[in-house]
Amino acid sequence: MIATQIFFLITGLVILGSALMVVTTRNLIHAALWLIVTLFGVAVLYAILNASFLAVVQVVVYIGAIAILFIFAVMLTHKEMRDRGPQLNNGWWLNAIISLLTFGGLFWMLQSWSGVSKTAADFPSGFDAVGQLGRALISPDAFVLPFEVASVLLLAALVGAVYIAFNRK
Amino acid sequence: MNFWFDPVNFIAHWLNSLLVGWGMAEWLAALIIQLVGVVVLISLMMVFDVFLVWVERKVVARFQDRLGPNRVGPFGIFQPFADIIKLIIKEDITPDGADKVVYNLAPILSLMSVLLLWAIVPLAPVIFGVDLNVGALYIVAAGSIGTLSIIMAAWSSNNKYALIGAFRQVAVLVSFEIPMIATMLIPTILAGSMGMNEIVHGQQTVWYVVLAPLAALTFLIAAIAELGRSPFDLNEAESEIVAGFHIEYTGMKFGLFYAGELLHAFTFGGFWAILFLGGYHFFGLENLGPLVAMVILFAKAMFGYWVIMWVRYTVMRIRIDQMLAFNWKFLTPVAFVLLMLTALMNTLLRNTPSAVYIVGMLLTNVILGWIIVEILRGFSRRERQRTEGIASVTAAAQH
Amino acid sequence: MQNEWLYIGLFFVIGLLIPVAALLISWIVSPKKPNPIKQSTYECGMETVGENWVQFKAQYYIFALVFLVFDVETVFLFPWAVSLGSLSLFAVIEGIVFILILIAGLVYAWRKGMLEWV
Repeated sequence: MIATQIFFLITGLVILGSALMVVTTRNLIHAALWLIVTLFGVAVLYAILNASFLAVVQVVVYIGAIAILFIFAVMLTHKEMRDRGPQLNNGWWLNAIISLLTFGGLFWMLQSWSGVSKTAADFPSGFDAVGQLGRALISPDAFVLPFEVASVLLLAALVGAVYIAFNRK
Repeated sequence: MNFWFDPVNFIAHWLNSLLVGWGMAEWLAALIIQLVGVVVLISLMMVFDVFLVWVERKVVARFQDRLGPNRVGPFGIFQPFADIIKLIIKEDITPDGADKVVYNLAPILSLMSVLLLWAIVPLAPVIFGVDLNVGALYIVAAGSIGTLSIIMAAWSSNNKYALIGAFRQVAVLVSFEIPMIATMLIPTILAGSMGMNEIVHGQQTVWYVVLAPLAALTFLIAAIAELGRSPFDLNEAESEIVAGFHIEYTGMKFGLFYAGELLHAFTFGGFWAILFLGGYHFFGLENLGPLVAMVILFAKAMFGYWVIMWVRYTVMRIRIDQMLAFNWKFLTPVAFVLLMLTALMNTLLRNTPSAVYIVGMLLTNVILGWIIVEILRGFSRRERQRTEGIASVTAAAQH
Repeated sequence: MQNEWLYIGLFFVIGLLIPVAALLISWIVSPKKPNPIKQSTYECGMETVGENWVQFKAQYYIFALVFLVFDVETVFLFPWAVSLGSLSLFAVIEGIVFILILIAGLVYAWRKGMLEWV
């Protein structure tokens, strides 16, 4: 119990800190690398919750594909990779007030919810998470339609990429 | 509890009773025992890595019809130690404009991504790091950390040739992951689980290389590309961009990249052995004891590593556009068609006696392989006719 | 706390420490004599020609994009593959339809010339 909380707090601090660095650092590639730290922190959160499949999928898809796509995009389009503008825009005090109000509201709502202080239930022994997920994805009264629609969505993404990249030719 | 048949648990129990006897809390003792296990496994792999340097140099020498290192110690066996000492005492030159943190982090991440893979390798039925039930995707995840370290190394070196080499290398690495993952799905289907332990368990009666030889071949090709070795070694295209993404690295940092690459090759030899060649199973010999099983697995991994080295020192390097065309136009469709056929045949033949099952799967692979070879022959025949047609027309025009 | 990822976390930490230890040994032992010629960027032994930034081909991005689509597809296929042993032929056909839709996408991209390097 106490160890899980300590790990969660450390991971949460790492995620928040690196997310802050993503938006405040001036060097674009550094921002991409801090984003990778954030995504890795989320994967660690999944691992703490024993969601092994989600943790590895997070690393494989987000860090192994999407973060690399970000880095390629930054390197391909920017000659000058430093942002020289000011860090704060003119209405920053209004943004700060709105953020604080939102945060206060969320905090007040969450502290009256009992789930905040409960730890996640352990899996029953012999629980085959990936197998259950597979069966759920296939059975007609569970998620087979979203499963097939996901493939059509990926096809649409591919066709869209071809159209955008090659229609100018 | 016997030492010979269950060494890890025996030692763990002994250490546990020792530490608890000294008054340590139960959870702290468990943590320290796990830590000792991790340190032992990693140290074993690092020591083996040093031995691999010697193996690589001797094997390349024999392929090139020469002797290899034979001065430092009997048969040159202390050569890697000399290499390590040389790398340690070399001066560490950081180029101008290099981004210090990222520059130093890249070789560390590169070696770490390979060491992470050994946590899930089942060395014996009772000796393994952790029985993760998502082992196959974990391999891909550790590989993607390695890919990231290449980009970090190249970008922080502030050298445009490093960047060119790294971009090409990352494009190849990323492309060849698709056939690798698709062929890793095939042992998953045959064993019913992604975990390495279950996959080895499923090969007790017959190895998966018999049930899916085409998948084993495709996995080997994709793995060789993933390792960044010849014939896919753009990052070290010596005649083109010198050392690719690690141009600006000297001394021990280069040593970490090099050691990481060799250990990565051996690790993938090991995974080829686990996924397709039956892991530590060898006609019942592994029942003699876990240490025997470990030796069997290492022997098979060395065989896989030898095949990878054999391909490296025999075949020429391929151009990047040929490589990417080979991947997206040949390997990926082959891998997916094989996956569909294996799933179909597995379900159709599931309840038949095992001899019918084995012959059915083998026949599927052989027929698919024959169809692919016929398609390739037709394609090359048309190419040959086209170029000969052009050649004969130009020859006729010249006379 | 029987979390198997704790072991992997330990592996991660020790795997970070061992290369760091190797680099520390090297840093302690090696000579340090910085010199502007030694630290200049390497370009086959001559002074660098042109700027230090090269316009990269957009083709790298296209390949990474195609890889992303197929990566997500194979990740979807893993739960299907794991549970295939206990499911009926209908489930296999569903998975095959999934793969076929994406192979159609690959053929489309191939015919449109997206997989060329030039």
